[in-house]
Amino acid sequence: MQDRASFSRRNFIKAAAAAPALGLLPASVRDALAAGGITVGFIYVGARDDFGYNQAHAQAAAALKKLPGVKVIEEEKVPETVAVQKSMEAMIVQDKAAVVFATSFGYFDPHVLKVAQKYPNAHIAHCGGLWSEGKHPKNVASYFGYIDECEYLSGIVAGLTSKTGKFGFVAAKPIPQVLRNINAFTLGARSVNPNATTRVIFTGDWAMPVKEAEAANSLLDQGCDVLTCHVDGPKVVVETAERRGAFSCGYHASQAKLAPKGYLTGAEWDWVTPNTTFVKALQEGKPFPNFVRGGLKEGFVKMSPYGAVVSEKARKAADDVKAKMLKGEFVIFKGPLKDNTGKEVIPAGKSFAQQAIELEGMNYLVEGVIGSV
Amino acid sequence: MTIDAITAVLLAMLGGAIRVSTPFLFVSLGETITEKAGRINLGLEGTLVMGAMSAYAASLYSGSPWLGVLAAACAGAVFGLLHGLLASLRRVNDIALGIALMLLGTGLAFYWGKAYIQPQAPTLRAFHLGAWSDSPALRSALDINPLFIAGLLLAFVLHWAFANTRVGLTLRLVGDSEAAARAAGAAVIPTRVAATVIGGALAGVGGAFLSLFYPGSWNEGLSNGQGIMAVALVIFARWQPRRCVLAALMFGAAGAIGPALQSVGISSGYYLFNAAPYALTLLLMALTCSRDTSLKGAPGELSLNR
Repeated sequence: MQDRASFSRRNFIKAAAAAPALGLLPASVRDALAAGGITVGFIYVGARDDFGYNQAHAQAAAALKKLPGVKVIEEEKVPETVAVQKSMEAMIVQDKAAVVFATSFGYFDPHVLKVAQKYPNAHIAHCGGLWSEGKHPKNVASYFGYIDECEYLSGIVAGLTSKTGKFGFVAAKPIPQVLRNINAFTLGARSVNPNATTRVIFTGDWAMPVKEAEAANSLLDQGCDVLTCHVDGPKVVVETAERRGAFSCGYHASQAKLAPKGYLTGAEWDWVTPNTTFVKALQEGKPFPNFVRGGLKEGFVKMSPYGAVVSEKARKAADDVKAKMLKGEFVIFKGPLKDNTGKEVIPAGKSFAQQAIELEGMNYLVEGVIGSV
Repeated sequence: MTIDAITAVLLAMLGGAIRVSTPFLFVSLGETITEKAGRINLGLEGTLVMGAMSAYAASLYSGSPWLGVLAAACAGAVFGLLHGLLASLRRVNDIALGIALMLLGTGLAFYWGKAYIQPQAPTLRAFHLGAWSDSPALRSALDINPLFIAGLLLAFVLHWAFANTRVGLTLRLVGDSEAAARAAGAAVIPTRVAATVIGGALAGVGGAFLSLFYPGSWNEGLSNGQGIMAVALVIFARWQPRRCVLAALMFGAAGAIGPALQSVGISSGYYLFNAAPYALTLLLMALTCSRDTSLKGAPGELSLNR
């Protein structure tokens, strides 16, 4: 057990079989922590370099690798099924990962919860889930960014660039995070053009390139001149818009390279900030944070640089709101707000700040969105 | 639903039929040739994905998308050859082998394809047959790729060749009765291997269409089981090339219903509409199959008949 470098996986499995009886396993984990060396696992639902969701996470993983004493292990293309439980267990047991970042929404319930209960000494940080005190294990954490701030700003830019006032949104599934983005984008666009509408097409899953292309074409056929999306790989939507001479707003990571003419701006993640928080907490022996959230101000999200076609006026309008967001003075979801069936969802006088837990259970589309959940 | 909305949906279905059908068409034509010779190659999903990846890579390095199509055909032919030779060994089941090759093909394509997810390769051009129209929907629906036209022509050529050429007759003989083929002096195994190689090459071209034209980029979710559906379409098409065209067009059009309805604002029940291609296939299968006519036209040597 002295020489960790030559400690093979096979030997470890042998030892691990005997370890629980001897109480060795937790001790060895403690040793590893005390030495400052820490192994961090990342699990992605798709390919690491998809110009989208997984790439944003992988960029943060790459940044963690540069921290002293941090070893990063990764696994790609892990489906949201029992498979992810196996991956998490392998990282915890075989690689002795002190924290596993389970980055896809569907990993949370029941997979992350089950594995966390089985291995109370390990930590699992899940992206996007809603951790609640008392209901979920203490060794589970949830982190997410208020990317709807960037969506609102993208909406402003789109609203001031579009000629038709019609926007197309290709979305995967009607879950709260997606609906919140569609709503924020629409509210941003309607703040500068009250007649603007957003047409939504749900494709049904996170990565369906052919269906995404069909959706993008249908939206363009309907006269939408700015497309944006919430799917894992925005590449297809952004490229389709560019090919047909329309504008696009990106998501997850920058797709500016894919659409040099029509790319306006985009909402990007910056996961380095929350991921570092977790790793630092473990390295320094501080309590493991369970609920980590942040927006533009905290550096969890960022905007893609404006494309060349974005007018001075649009830049200024977006930058003004951004400045307020950075000061924490801007509220996106405030009453009176109606959904697209005419029902009042936020009464007049009430406003939800970003941290409001009500927003994380969003189940409606605001007025101006054409589509249904 | 207004007239405008109905027109929009119909146009989207026309566009969808033209844009989405090509990979189905190529894979199902390829599989028809293979099955006519008495073999089933279920591995075409893997071949399709491999073709898509090779096409993208070759187009990226050479700068010519048509070289990409060629590379895809070659990659497909290699997989076809592998299946054809291995299935010729004694006691090797072609269906099980096909599944193994499907996993091998997708696995290898994902492994080698990692480097090509990010770069943008030159893609195939379309003929803009809708340039006369003012409607952007019609214009985009009529952006027709040469491969689609090639697929249509191929279907009719195959239909003619199966009935009227020596090669076509030998192929069918080998597929219908091995004993009769041997008696007639036909080379059974070489014919089957050749049929599988050609089938693989066509499936590879289908993959090239995916990565080089529509949707026109390489990533791991590109196919989503299209190769498997296309193999099923062959049975639906009763091993007739002209019916493969119909089946592929129908499948493409049905796939466009979901997004098109949502884009005109009819959004309730979109999960149901997204399942339209599969529901439609099931429905037509149920309607056209009866106890008397089922599997009519199936080659006699297919392992599902023996």
